Amino acid sequence: MPQSAEKVLDHAKLFHEPEYQEMFARKREQFECPSSAEAVAAQTEYLKSWDYREKNLAREAVVINPAKACQPLGAVFAAAGFEGTLSVVHGSQGCVSYYRSHLSRHFKEPCSAVSTSMTEDAAVFGGLNNMIDGLANAYKLYQPKMLAVSTTCMAEVIGDDLHAFIETARQKGSVPEDFSVPFAHTPAFVGSHVDGYDVAIKGILEHFWKGKTRVANGKINIIPGFDGYCVGNNRELKRILDEMGVEYTLIQDASDQFDTPSDGEFRMYDGGTKLADVADALNAKATISLQHWCSRKTLDYVAEAGQETASFNYPLGVGATDDLLMKISELSGKAIPASITKERGRLVDAIADSQSYLHGKKYAIFGDPDFVYSMARFVMETGGEPTHCLATNGTTAWAEDMQKLLASSPFGKGCQVWAGKDLWHLRSILFTEPVDMLIGSSYGKFLQKDTGIPLVRLTFPIFDRHHHHRFPVIGYQGGLRVLTSILDKVFDKLDADASTPGKDVSFDLTR
Amino acid sequence: MSRDTENDAAFREKLIEEVLSAYPDKFAKRRRKHLAVSKAPAESADEPERVLSECDVKSNIKSIPGVMTIRGCAYAGSKGVVWGPVKDLLHISHGPVGCGHYSGSQRRNYYNGTTGVDAFVTLHVTSDFQERDIVFGGDKKLEKIVDELEVMFPLSKGITVQSECPVGLIGDDIEAVAKKKAKEINKTIIPVRCEGFRGVSQSLGHHIANDTIRDWVLDKKTVEFESTPYDVNIIGDYNIGGDAWASRRLLEEIGLRVIGMWSGDATLAEMERAPKAKLNLIHCYRSMNYICRHMEEKHGVHWLEYNFFGPSQIAASLRKIAKQFGPEIEANAEKVIAKYQPMVDAILAKYKPRLEGKSVMLYVGGLRPRHVVDAYTDLGMEIVGTGYEFAHNDDYQRTGHYVNAGTLIYDDVTGYELEKFVEKIRPDLVGSGIKEKYPVQKMGIPFRQMHSWDYSGPYHGYDGFAIFARDMDLAINNPVWGLFDPPWKKADQKFLEAAE
Repeated sequence: MPQSAEKVLDHAKLFHEPEYQEMFARKREQFECPSSAEAVAAQTEYLKSWDYREKNLAREAVVINPAKACQPLGAVFAAAGFEGTLSVVHGSQGCVSYYRSHLSRHFKEPCSAVSTSMTEDAAVFGGLNNMIDGLANAYKLYQPKMLAVSTTCMAEVIGDDLHAFIETARQKGSVPEDFSVPFAHTPAFVGSHVDGYDVAIKGILEHFWKGKTRVANGKINIIPGFDGYCVGNNRELKRILDEMGVEYTLIQDASDQFDTPSDGEFRMYDGGTKLADVADALNAKATISLQHWCSRKTLDYVAEAGQETASFNYPLGVGATDDLLMKISELSGKAIPASITKERGRLVDAIADSQSYLHGKKYAIFGDPDFVYSMARFVMETGGEPTHCLATNGTTAWAEDMQKLLASSPFGKGCQVWAGKDLWHLRSILFTEPVDMLIGSSYGKFLQKDTGIPLVRLTFPIFDRHHHHRFPVIGYQGGLRVLTSILDKVFDKLDADASTPGKDVSFDLTR
Repeated sequence: MSRDTENDAAFREKLIEEVLSAYPDKFAKRRRKHLAVSKAPAESADEPERVLSECDVKSNIKSIPGVMTIRGCAYAGSKGVVWGPVKDLLHISHGPVGCGHYSGSQRRNYYNGTTGVDAFVTLHVTSDFQERDIVFGGDKKLEKIVDELEVMFPLSKGITVQSECPVGLIGDDIEAVAKKKAKEINKTIIPVRCEGFRGVSQSLGHHIANDTIRDWVLDKKTVEFESTPYDVNIIGDYNIGGDAWASRRLLEEIGLRVIGMWSGDATLAEMERAPKAKLNLIHCYRSMNYICRHMEEKHGVHWLEYNFFGPSQIAASLRKIAKQFGPEIEANAEKVIAKYQPMVDAILAKYKPRLEGKSVMLYVGGLRPRHVVDAYTDLGMEIVGTGYEFAHNDDYQRTGHYVNAGTLIYDDVTGYELEKFVEKIRPDLVGSGIKEKYPVQKMGIPFRQMHSWDYSGPYHGYDGFAIFARDMDLAINNPVWGLFDPPWKKADQKFLEAAE
């Protein structure tokens, strides 16, 4: 009997016990009608071949393990960055359960969003009544300051008109006349979560800015973009801006919403950009986005409103942070203080201390377009060689940007950019052209298991490690965290490779 | 707070009124039908259809718009629960990318096999619909996907097509594609019309998936199989954290032969062969009673519900099952129960003193709101509230056998209601899902995820009970719950001011 009160074994150990192993063998042999062990072994080997890779890359229709989610997730995340705001997703309700679970699994935090719960009758007659009732219930029950509406693919396929529906609901008294209900169409069959983020932010700005006259002030708006590390990152960004003395509005700040304290109270709403500040943000001198691919439509709209705009690709690493700070300094007229220059020097110092362990290391990087871009840039700053850069939601325009970046450094030579490819493609690529390290989300753990290439978790979503998002990865301080994460993996690998008793030369105390 | 049952019943009735008052009138009226306090047990304890409350709770009705329902959709019921765990089939999430992305690898349906070679449970295979697929239809793409999957995964035994919302709305004929391509590749292809807008919850997805097993799997091939009088199927166990394995072990130990597992760690062959069994043993009644009824009608395979949560239910179930197979198996069952009794005693000796008298509120899916009740009772704990996400009336009738009078019962409870109930009742433990976990914990109340076992498990069988007991103890008796109030809040004012 494997189980006992003295030592309770859970799944990780229990099923390795002989009772279970024998049972598995019996099941397989007698009942599963499995493929032969030889066939499995042959196919396992074949999966590692160039031949398989070619067939794999030739796929045109099926997508296997894509590293992207759908638009409404981005919209729900976006809404979480505004004061007292509740997401209302118009469409079938299962989707909302998925978004809430997905974000909760990453942040280990509550995620609030409601659905208008459309079913067959709404598919036939349209979802107007669902909108009228949904807004009324959400408003009365959860007492929000704003209800941010987005859609699922169902509502989009049947062509529900959000603007008209919301106005009708307003007339029917679902919400008061002057209550804010911005909206965005976010069909799941267009783009990905980064686009959903973009249109949701644009919808919110339009709601507050439309028909207003802009009276320019000297402030700067900053849009952080879809960021699973917003808790650590936004706080770091605010610290830097305060240090510089810049007057700014962080538009869409979910750092408090996804980091509420445990003190006996559940806060459904916490922090977020004040609605008055969103309205006033029209008057800013400029709006900058920290993630270009999360804000193209928004920045176009902002430019139309008369502001200067600029976008970055997730300011991670030395050069990317330099660029951001100089732009902020230029726009705000505020100098970059000595304290921050010192921080920069400390990051450079750290890279110099560790450079021998990083120089020439080959990396595969996957994730959202902006993350992959900045990560590749930072890797090159440390003397590493990005070898495969993959974004399932990357476009050909993104691939061109990547090529330009890679061409800017000798360390980018020979790197392949994989726009629109998925993680099953990456599996073949890693077997045929291996790298030293993989950087991406928790989904990379399947690649790590199959290929043996160590995974550094540095983006969204992180399901299987805790609290990573609480620490910044942007700015110079964030750079230290990223650097340390990579180095820890390098050293762990060195130790593991020298850990066989009798063959443990190189098991060094000091490195 | 008071644990006096009569007072509690009155208090809980009042609580229901309180939460309803927060809704617009029309919806308060609709929600009222889903909330109840269970009444005193009927005179005869073994009355089979004991009702739960005076009005009985209404269930399997559309959720009201604009609330945080915890429910999922038909796709979640079919792909996420019934079909997804079948390991040697490829499951295409047919439609846009999201559904497969969010549901992928989250339920921990454990399986043995080489992923990507002869097993595919943790792969996310999708047709990733784009705008042009909505406009022109996805059938052509689906055909091509089948061909590509054959190249990528030649050892797969077949394919299921799990329709997402747009597929039904644009009128694709996935059945025709399935028939055509199945002939071409000479493998089973099962089209499943589980679009998320169908029905009111994941429950319809279970039913639809069961119907596709009936229509596209059973009796489709000649099955060569030498049966024995002791052949059974495990039905409605999804092997979360290895649950079905812990159950299978016990059934094998009492001398039965488990010829198929549905659908945790299942292969297509096991499903095809199921009608050859002598008895179907069903754990999650809600998700798979449909196919059991079909096999009974069509193949004469009787079915029996069982419950492997906690030693009292395990023993009762083993005896009930054994009774179907005669004295020899009955004697084996007694031996097995006796064999595990010392382990059970040791677990109870260790954990019961730490858990005795603790109150629990549950809110889960298919069977657990009633099935786990006795596992808690075995540990000396009391259920003060329970409810289902997607139950039907027969589930609530079954629940009556498990709960005490005065228990708060909530169907399709909304986020708002559950929070208020938890806040006012302040149980010692809440068991629900990921979406409920963090709000409850922030209130300072211990929590266990009872869909996923909080990434622990198994919880089924004797091996599982040990883990269950340990997990409830570690949840409730962790020192963190004592750290919520800073000492200066209790002490003098000067600290408070200093902290401001």
